[in-house]
Amino acid sequence: MAGGAATGGSSTSDTYAEARTWLLLPAWVTLGILVLAPVAIMLVYSFLTKEFRGGVIWEFSLGAYDQFFCSRGLFGDEPCSIEWTYIQIFWRSIWQAGAATLLSLVIGFPTAYFIATRPPRQRTLWVFLVTIPYWVNLLIRTVSMKFLLRDEGPLNDFLTGIGLLNEPLAIVNTNFAVQLGLFYSYLPFMVLPIYAAVERYNFALSEAASDLYAPRWTVLRRILLPSVKPGIVAGCILVFVPSLGSFLAPDLLGGARNFMIGSLIEEQFKGNAGNWPFGAAASMILLTMVLIILLIFARQQAKAES
Amino acid sequence: MLWRRGNEHLGGTGVTSRTNDAIEVRNAVKRYGDFTALKHVSLTISDNEFFTLLGPSGCGKTTLLRMIAGFEEVTEGGIFLFGEEIEGLPPHKRPINTVFQNYALFPHMNVLDNVGFGLEMLGKSKSEARARAGEVLEMVQLTQFSARKPAQLSGGQQQRVALARALAPRPKVLLLDEPLSALDLKLRKAMQIELKHLQKETGITFIFVTHDQEEALTMSDRVAVMSSGEVQQLGDAREIYERPRNMFVADFIGETNLIEVTVDRIDAGRAACHLGGGHRLTCDAVDGIGAGASVHMSLRPERLFLSSAPTEGESLKARVRENIFIGTDISTILDLDDGPEFRVRASNSSRGTSRVFEPGTEVFVNMEQGAARLLMD
Repeated sequence: MAGGAATGGSSTSDTYAEARTWLLLPAWVTLGILVLAPVAIMLVYSFLTKEFRGGVIWEFSLGAYDQFFCSRGLFGDEPCSIEWTYIQIFWRSIWQAGAATLLSLVIGFPTAYFIATRPPRQRTLWVFLVTIPYWVNLLIRTVSMKFLLRDEGPLNDFLTGIGLLNEPLAIVNTNFAVQLGLFYSYLPFMVLPIYAAVERYNFALSEAASDLYAPRWTVLRRILLPSVKPGIVAGCILVFVPSLGSFLAPDLLGGARNFMIGSLIEEQFKGNAGNWPFGAAASMILLTMVLIILLIFARQQAKAES
Repeated sequence: MLWRRGNEHLGGTGVTSRTNDAIEVRNAVKRYGDFTALKHVSLTISDNEFFTLLGPSGCGKTTLLRMIAGFEEVTEGGIFLFGEEIEGLPPHKRPINTVFQNYALFPHMNVLDNVGFGLEMLGKSKSEARARAGEVLEMVQLTQFSARKPAQLSGGQQQRVALARALAPRPKVLLLDEPLSALDLKLRKAMQIELKHLQKETGITFIFVTHDQEEALTMSDRVAVMSSGEVQQLGDAREIYERPRNMFVADFIGETNLIEVTVDRIDAGRAACHLGGGHRLTCDAVDGIGAGASVHMSLRPERLFLSSAPTEGESLKARVRENIFIGTDISTILDLDDGPEFRVRASNSSRGTSRVFEPGTEVFVNMEQGAARLLMD
């Protein structure tokens, strides 16, 4: 028990506080080891000096961030002017991830709606079907995608075969191929939260709206979409964030010209050519950006609710 | 008129003749696969009427309401609104509004926008819609809650918002799908009276669905008692209560003694019957029940009274088994000599309690005029 002066009441609440601390410990340990520690390590590494054969020298340096944002001429002795190379890669990544998210939403929403409006017994089956492709390794799926989309692949064969195209459409090594790859990689992350939201949706609300003279599209726009918005937001975040840092789809489907942040970071840690502090700095910048985007989302949610 | 848009659409569907019947259901059948939810239901509901569909769950009352609203298609037959066929029109093209059982208020809109939604959909500007919504909210005494979200209201307040929302576009017919079932008893009783007044004030035809017979009798101009997809009886509250047409209606509406009798003969509009134990009774003859028929007789417990000596009229000899105090009334359970069990109710007043006897006492069960009624099966 707590100190002798404690009354019955406060000793009970002390016991509760103690129990709470112990019961929450696993959560704190997990969060600490799996979330905070890696970020802290990354943050520290981004401020160290690079070792030429990979690894770091334990000496403070802003070199990694300088390399990211500053161009100092061919010999590295000029004053800082903005380095566009990496910013461009970031910008392209955001754009690609955004397009992939939009594509997932356009395809994922009707899919989720369809599943959620089946009889309850069938729903499990449909959800199961949606997740089946994800039992196959992502690398294999992305390579297969490349095979499907290439000039001599089944898609182009089919399109030229039925006479829709005279010559094969170059899809591989375009932005669109990357978007398609990302879309295919993360579609279930869009479908599942929206499905959960639509399943909880009270369809009597749709009936009430159409009873009050709302045509079908208005019911969708004014009643259904606002009601399932949390699911849509969750789906968008779950697709956008991993797409942003993805490197498999851009590498395999996008080719050298459609480089994304994920690949940039990956290269820094590969073999002897890498630059660990720079990779860590790029990761930190990516993380900061994602956090800012999520904060803006959260802010707008809060504003819409008040 | 506020429902102009609804009317334009109606104009397109082969106008027959305008009548004073707000709703006519003509031979409506509803089947779901092998199951028939409604079997050839026909009824007409007059303009400005408070009409109730009453029945146990699964009797088809809600299906019928949803067909009028347009949420369910009619398998066979037709539905007419002031003489114009509306079957085939989607719900948003029918000038009919619904108060839903669990209110179905839009959770992301405040009270004012909920109430104004229908008007906005009819093409009113946002400010016009809000002005009218404000008026209706005043009518249901909720003005001070305009800015709240539905989740911030109590059940009773939500119920009023649902009502206001359905009334705001001035529908030609208002459908109410068990709107009071989620409220506690006191509030429900208050709302019953309020609904009745609201109907008179607005002059809108109300079609009310309930499984609560007391609610139906309290509010309605006319009641249709339904069971297993059919209308069992249609009439005003008195008629249904006092002259039930069949076993189902007598049993479903109020408390009653249902006793098997055999009709001995019919004489000058009176049927002489006997029941088990050699007891004899006469009551008004009913069309379709002739001499020799074995049928049920309904005896309303509050129309019976006990006495220690036989009275001038007909009386049955019985023995008191138990008295049950139920507040407004005292209910007595009796055993008829060699006959069935009986219940008699006396009001908890000095006149009523003078007719209550101790258990074990031999008494006579007497009947007021019209207490007994023969029923078709």
